[in-house]
Amino acid sequence: MKHLLPTTTEGMNISMSDSTQPGGPAHATSAVVDVPSPLDAEAIGATVDRALGDIAAAGDLDALKQVRIAHTGDKSPLSLANRGIGALAKEEKAAAGKNIGPARGRINAALATRTTELEAERDARILVEEAVDVTAAPHRRRAGARHPLSTLQERVSDIFVGMGWEIAEGPELESEWFNFDALNFKPDHPARDMQDTFFVEPPEAHLLLRTHTSPVQVRSMLERPLPLYVLCPGKVFRTDELDATHTPVFHQFEGLAIDRNLSMADLRGTLEHFARLMFGDDAQIRLRPNFFPFTEPSAELDIWHPGAKGGPQWIEWGGCGMVHPNVLRAAGIDPEEFSGFAFGMGIERTLMFRNEVGDMRDMIEGDVRFSEHFGMEI
Amino acid sequence: MRIPLSWLREFAQVPADATAEDVMAELVKVGLEEEAVHRPTDTLSGPIVVGQVLSIVKEPQTNGKTINWCQVRVVPEGQPQTLTNEGIDPSGVQGIVCGAHNFVEGDKVVVTLPGAVLPGDFRIAARKTYGHVSAGMIASVRELGIGDDHDGILVLSTLGLDPEVGSDAMELLGLYDQAAEINVTPDRSYCFSIRGVAREYAHATGTTFTDPATQVTAPATLSGGYPVTLSDESPIYGNPGCDRFVARTVTGVDATRPTPPWMASRLRLAGIRSISLPVDISNYVMLELGQPTHCYDQDKLQGGIVVRRAMPGETLKTLDDKVRKLDVEDLLIADASGGIGIAGVMGGADTEVSDATSTVLVEAAHFDEVSIARSRRRHKLPSEASKRFERGVDWQVAGVAAQRVVDLLVELAGGTADDAGTDVGTEPSAVVIDLPSGYPARRIGMDFTDEQITGALTDLGAEVEAHDGGHTVTAPSWRQDLQIKDDLTEEIARLVGYDKIPSRLPVAPPGSGLSRVQVQRRRVLQALADAGLTEVLSYPFVSLDSNTTFGSPDGSEQPSVKLANPLSAELGYLRRSVLPGLIEVAKRNHSRGFRDLALYEAGLVFLPQDAIGSSEIPPLGVRPSEDVLDGLYDGLPDQPLTIAAVFTGNDSPAGANHQPRPWDWADALDTVRLMADVVGVDLEVSQGEHQAFHPGRTARISLRTGELLGYAGELHPKLLAAQDLPARTVALEINADLLFEAAPDVIVAKHLSTFPATTQDVALVVDGSLPADDVLSTLREGAGELLEDVHLFDVYDGAGIEAGHKSLAFALRFRAPDRTLTADEASASRDAAVHLAAERHGAVQR
Repeated sequence: MKHLLPTTTEGMNISMSDSTQPGGPAHATSAVVDVPSPLDAEAIGATVDRALGDIAAAGDLDALKQVRIAHTGDKSPLSLANRGIGALAKEEKAAAGKNIGPARGRINAALATRTTELEAERDARILVEEAVDVTAAPHRRRAGARHPLSTLQERVSDIFVGMGWEIAEGPELESEWFNFDALNFKPDHPARDMQDTFFVEPPEAHLLLRTHTSPVQVRSMLERPLPLYVLCPGKVFRTDELDATHTPVFHQFEGLAIDRNLSMADLRGTLEHFARLMFGDDAQIRLRPNFFPFTEPSAELDIWHPGAKGGPQWIEWGGCGMVHPNVLRAAGIDPEEFSGFAFGMGIERTLMFRNEVGDMRDMIEGDVRFSEHFGMEI
Repeated sequence: MRIPLSWLREFAQVPADATAEDVMAELVKVGLEEEAVHRPTDTLSGPIVVGQVLSIVKEPQTNGKTINWCQVRVVPEGQPQTLTNEGIDPSGVQGIVCGAHNFVEGDKVVVTLPGAVLPGDFRIAARKTYGHVSAGMIASVRELGIGDDHDGILVLSTLGLDPEVGSDAMELLGLYDQAAEINVTPDRSYCFSIRGVAREYAHATGTTFTDPATQVTAPATLSGGYPVTLSDESPIYGNPGCDRFVARTVTGVDATRPTPPWMASRLRLAGIRSISLPVDISNYVMLELGQPTHCYDQDKLQGGIVVRRAMPGETLKTLDDKVRKLDVEDLLIADASGGIGIAGVMGGADTEVSDATSTVLVEAAHFDEVSIARSRRRHKLPSEASKRFERGVDWQVAGVAAQRVVDLLVELAGGTADDAGTDVGTEPSAVVIDLPSGYPARRIGMDFTDEQITGALTDLGAEVEAHDGGHTVTAPSWRQDLQIKDDLTEEIARLVGYDKIPSRLPVAPPGSGLSRVQVQRRRVLQALADAGLTEVLSYPFVSLDSNTTFGSPDGSEQPSVKLANPLSAELGYLRRSVLPGLIEVAKRNHSRGFRDLALYEAGLVFLPQDAIGSSEIPPLGVRPSEDVLDGLYDGLPDQPLTIAAVFTGNDSPAGANHQPRPWDWADALDTVRLMADVVGVDLEVSQGEHQAFHPGRTARISLRTGELLGYAGELHPKLLAAQDLPARTVALEINADLLFEAAPDVIVAKHLSTFPATTQDVALVVDGSLPADDVLSTLREGAGELLEDVHLFDVYDGAGIEAGHKSLAFALRFRAPDRTLTADEASASRDAAVHLAAERHGAVQR
């Protein structure tokens, strides 16, 4: 009996991809085979060799499937030869079985090995075919951003919270008493003119937009138990027109500590510690005499900025001093028993020299490029 | 305050080669702030010499002008020319073309020779003009940068000068001098004088100081002078407006004499314009001693001088020729004719000195700081005098200053001092401060020796007396800022040096970390950024219209806080809503080419009731009573933290294989839900009406209590058109304080059933206007306890649905806590839910 094996498996591709199959259609190698006699060990060997040759030649799983049908299917030479055993004489059956059984075993083993190989090849090929250009990825998720002034304000707050301080906040529209009188600004003293103030109508309401966050210090002294260590960050207002270095609305953080026996040495120590946490271990500060109605002695605070544009230099950072006894008295605190220190810095100013912001307007105008450049960090 | 170095050198030991920068660096050490340097030689350099005009040939030109062809001698006759710059004639005579005509042959003038540079980088060289080689220039004061006058060239005889030909004109005119400008803090009035700054310079450098006040010999007593009466019937805070008035008379004054160049130069460097000799002398003495003085033409005075408060309706024409309506609180220098000056602020026009004046009455007075400050503010007349008086002037120096003016009028203006004089007033008692021993050490945190304490205080002019418990310190009369022991402590630390203060880190008692609200705020603001929004900040200044549009849902006018002194009249109010500012920011970004925006801002809004503030302001230095404090607290309008967002354009940039989605109203609502989720608050959403928003695409968002939280949705198309923003721009705004308050303190855990769930879908046809959320609530209620979750997954109103109706498809998930549900149980629950929806909303199951 003669059987025809298919010469091609074209069109029976099982690829998971719709791309062109590499390597093209598989080819069977032998065209026509005879059914060997089960007793003819040599013929059976030749059949096995042919099958092994075809298995090795199968280029893909489709081709291998055809090879499997041709060599192990019901109509394969060995199957037909096996069927022929039944017709043999009893004494010949054992010999025939010894011929055919191992022969089929060799073919099945070769098929299994080749299947594993071809599956691995196919899997690898599919992964290659699925490759994309990751550099062309779309930005599906919009990247948001905090305003760097907010981020900086939170970072400063975290430093002080870490030192055991608390964060105190208060209203932006404030009573004149909290903003000036309680802070020892005499009603007609030119010191009031140092802070160009937005007043509110009617004048007899005595309300204004706070010119500093110091009113929150007064509120804290009135409302919180002693000893007291608070940081007061927030928005403040002065009647300056917006330009490259001024803005009528800006942010400050002010610190206040009231305890027994606090001195300017404690103030310096606190500022130095903060400066190091903010600007690194090499940060240095300098105090220069200055005047504020609410502190006595008062000092201007400079910070050494080694990375400043235009070379290392001292940068004016803020004001500080020992809380004036009149300020303590305004909050009902006995200046003979308690003393305190206070300091205040501008957040915009800090951001300007720390992060090299060249123009105040960049921080103020809300241009998304400014916030988005920083993202969630400063 | 500008300090000419030549002047400073008279009273302090300034090294000869010190620059203004060097002087400022010293002054900074003792707490004065550097401002600027004023140095003529920065823009001016020689050779600039005195020349004498030998001959003038007038040459009419075709353009109608006549020029002068001058021969000018620039080296004394018989001496050789030593300058060798190109264009300088070895003969010592320069040929110069000059267009001015205010000089004659023989005049001595200032010649800028080839090689000189004048302000404005004007380089002098020999150049051909009008048919001659003009080898230099005869200079005007303006060309030299020392005056505004450009009517002609500077003829030195008009300054009373007859210098030698060839001498250095820059030296002659004081142009080698320089000034350091420092910023003086309001407490240190004494530093508005050379006297005060020289003392500080001596402190800074440890060198000796000569007090200019001791360089003048004034009579111990004065009498028989011009009559002056101090008559203040309404002192402010009990302090009389004037507590010393010195008046001196100088006769035979020639007011037309020129101000000598050394004085003019110092005044110019100090930033004071030269007016006339008597006025210049008055200003000179003010700068030197810190005591403002005033010169009257005594012949124009009528009767004795009275220092009094202005009378109702009284007016005065001041030196600037403006007629000013006076307030009864204004302190006035008056004579029989009425006011002749607003005390300490500005003199009157009718009695000022003129060229014709020959008898000068010199006033040196001491005025109350508050009175002067109020008049200055009231009349908006900041003057050099008021600046000093409102900060405080040395009571003791008035007599000395008057004497110094008199001396200079005699010396420079040819006057004769009248022996008689007036000095009325009451000397204030000196400020005596007890400084307990150890107090400065406790406040500063370092030990001071007795020598340091006594030395520092003595150096600044105080009298110090040691006793067992410390020191008794009498403050110097020019230091009104020294009132309490803390003031002395600062002085000691300042003179010893702030750089000596040690460093010690105090340990705060255990704190409680960020407050709950602070944590909530951070988390919400961070969540918005994480969700792709960009935080921006805007100013809280808005128009009243904006507050009406955004500040109330129905467009009724709401009370707004009005600024008394806004930066711009249009934005004269404080915001009731963050949205107007945020919309401006959105527009700005849009105009800069950014089309896809999601912006947010968190800020306070100002929600006044009808009355705000409190009329009474308690005094300083005393804790107000609880009632008064409550009044201050209650007078403040509510200022809740408000969060707003604006979305326009697409949710993301277009990209390969990515189709962005336009923001829509649901994004605004979803963003509010995000904020609520972050703090664990349940919201109620209903169809909202707000005039700034699209009437059909706006959600009203409230708490479960029904309290309004805010709105989210599409902005009104008309508003967007008016604002020039893209259609379909959406926004939200909520009261964040309310949201945070509503957050639960404790969330009780839910039992998690591990039995399998059964899901059933149901589609209900309802009236098109019925809110889906209503149906959902009904289903939840009707389904009972077995319902674990229900959500809307489709809305359909196409073919097959009756007009005016819609089909809502819900997915219901059932689960029992204790058993596996049967299909029948789930169906029964679903049917109960559908039944209730049918009953309540007429819903029909599809």
